[in-house]
Amino acid sequence: MELTKETLLDMLYYMKLTREIETRIERKLYRQGKIVGGVYVGRGQEAIAVGSAIQLEKDDCICPSHRDMGAYLIRGMSPRVILAQYMGRKTGATQGKDANMHMGDMSKNIVAFVSMLADTVPVAAGVALTFKIRKQKNVVLCYFGDGATSRGDWHEGLNLASVQKVPVIFICNNNQYAYSTPIEKQMAIKDIAVRAQAYGMPGVTVDGNDILAVYEETRSAIERARGNEGPSLIECKTFRMTGHSAHDDVKYVPKHLFQEWEKKDPILRLETSLLQNKTVTEADVKRLAARIAREVDEAVTLAENDPYPEPHEALEGVYADQLAEAPLSFVDTFFSRQT
Amino acid sequence: MAAPTTYLEAIRQGIWEEMERNENVFILGEDVGVYGGAFKVTEGMIERFGEDRVIDTPISEAAIVGAAIGAALMGMRPIAEMQFADFIACAFDQITNFAAKCRYRWGAGVPLVIRGPSGGGIHGGPFHSQNPEMHFVHTPGLKVVAPSTAYDAKGLIKSAIRDEDPVIYFEHKFLYRRIKEELPEKEFVVPIGKADIKRSGSDISVITYGAMVHNALEAATVLAEEGIDLEVVDLRTLLPLDKERILESVKKTNKVILVHEDVRTGGIAGELAAIIAEEAFEYLDGPIMRITAPDTPVPYSPPLEEFFFPKTSDIIRVAKQLATY
Repeated sequence: MELTKETLLDMLYYMKLTREIETRIERKLYRQGKIVGGVYVGRGQEAIAVGSAIQLEKDDCICPSHRDMGAYLIRGMSPRVILAQYMGRKTGATQGKDANMHMGDMSKNIVAFVSMLADTVPVAAGVALTFKIRKQKNVVLCYFGDGATSRGDWHEGLNLASVQKVPVIFICNNNQYAYSTPIEKQMAIKDIAVRAQAYGMPGVTVDGNDILAVYEETRSAIERARGNEGPSLIECKTFRMTGHSAHDDVKYVPKHLFQEWEKKDPILRLETSLLQNKTVTEADVKRLAARIAREVDEAVTLAENDPYPEPHEALEGVYADQLAEAPLSFVDTFFSRQT
Repeated sequence: MAAPTTYLEAIRQGIWEEMERNENVFILGEDVGVYGGAFKVTEGMIERFGEDRVIDTPISEAAIVGAAIGAALMGMRPIAEMQFADFIACAFDQITNFAAKCRYRWGAGVPLVIRGPSGGGIHGGPFHSQNPEMHFVHTPGLKVVAPSTAYDAKGLIKSAIRDEDPVIYFEHKFLYRRIKEELPEKEFVVPIGKADIKRSGSDISVITYGAMVHNALEAATVLAEEGIDLEVVDLRTLLPLDKERILESVKKTNKVILVHEDVRTGGIAGELAAIIAEEAFEYLDGPIMRITAPDTPVPYSPPLEEFFFPKTSDIIRVAKQLATY
């Protein structure tokens, strides 16, 4: 499918914005001690989230994983909210209750990720089931890594989605490492896409560093889903260009792999091709970089100045209709009564 | 006058009424549709509401609960059936890590009900008799209810379906067809989080829930003839606990026996004892007593199972001793 210049530029923008935000988080704010918890980035994998989520409609839904920053941005979560989330501020997506990529917002149909990998797979099936029950022509994009496909919830989720023929597209970021575990210790198959066959849905393997290929495979899976033809699995082969998290020195990955994959960088690839075929000019690219730097600078400044939550807010939000009890509330009342 | 309604039929009526009332309410689970559920709680529903609202699923408790969560996030009101409450262990992660924490983490309500038959007394053995409630009582964000009467069963399932947060609804399979009562023809609900005094008394508070409420009431009838007046407090909701009602009763009677058919260690009796010891210490005229199942799996063979469960005679024996303390 022929893409408009606007879409191509959007792709470049969201991939670069992702890269810039994650670079600030991983290589500046984290090292400056401004992020107290874990940091998980998707460097080198930006094409997967961006190439898929960019074609969604307003009422579609995403269940992103921890290396899919681009999908959050496309769905309208702002860099400031994301940065505030990482820094534990009240303005973060979880108001300081949860960390890093564990962000959700149902007003934007973003379902928050949890650390138990693949938990969102059956949840995505449930969102899609709702679309089916309501006869809505919407779809769910559900993202996960290669390691997550070893969990039972993943298999249960794909099976249920397929049996119920619900509109969900399962997108695997196969970055070849689950923390330090290489893919050959994770599974005895070469392509994760073959797992789709066991559940009676189409499964394809695509070059996850080629955003146009990701876009195209997702487009046809979305078309199937909107046409009531059920779920699909898309395996995007890519490479994790960092450690599992910011504290991981990643010594277990052979150096030459980084060198090889560096050449396949998805952002560089799109940019080079757009320049070569004159879709964009050097000036366009420069303007884009300046715009992104300005946006992220602003977001960092805002987030850094955002307040932390008040301590007592720890008791809020467990239930819709009541606060949690402070552990010492009775003790304090009791002894004050005695005196 | 209406014929008495069984505990099972009361649950069925409650679900049915809520499905009529709100088109977002739907059921998913194993064998819930055409077959009507292993115990027939959902019988006739697929014919009335169609297969989009009464969904037969694969044997996939994690996916059943996960899908229910996804639907709840989208504003649906799913009722996920666990064919036996024992199987809820397969969905433990989805319930405790996903459903329970959504609101706290990102303000997303998950209004879902997970229901299923718990408890023993029917020779179900280790995997069809368990009382898994405390796994969930230990998880903030969930609500856990366990009705003992047809009235409460109907009123609580309706409240559970209307609640904005995830509710785990344990129905006691021993009571399904053994107890019945006349229910009001007018619509009613029973609020979550409120205990109920099933028998008012002045000497000893017996605090319990589920099938054991009936054992406590039997014991009270026997003991009344001997001049011991039991108050029977039915918790109805295990999370959140109705501390006010519990403490009120203990402060009135000054003696307390905690009864449950769940195992002893980590059972709700321990938590109740701690609350009472902390907040009603000055009112106690005797030690807090516990009558519970032993710390073993639920055994199958009749003499073993009989030994495992607390009995009316246990309550009578302990109450007599405590009365003279």
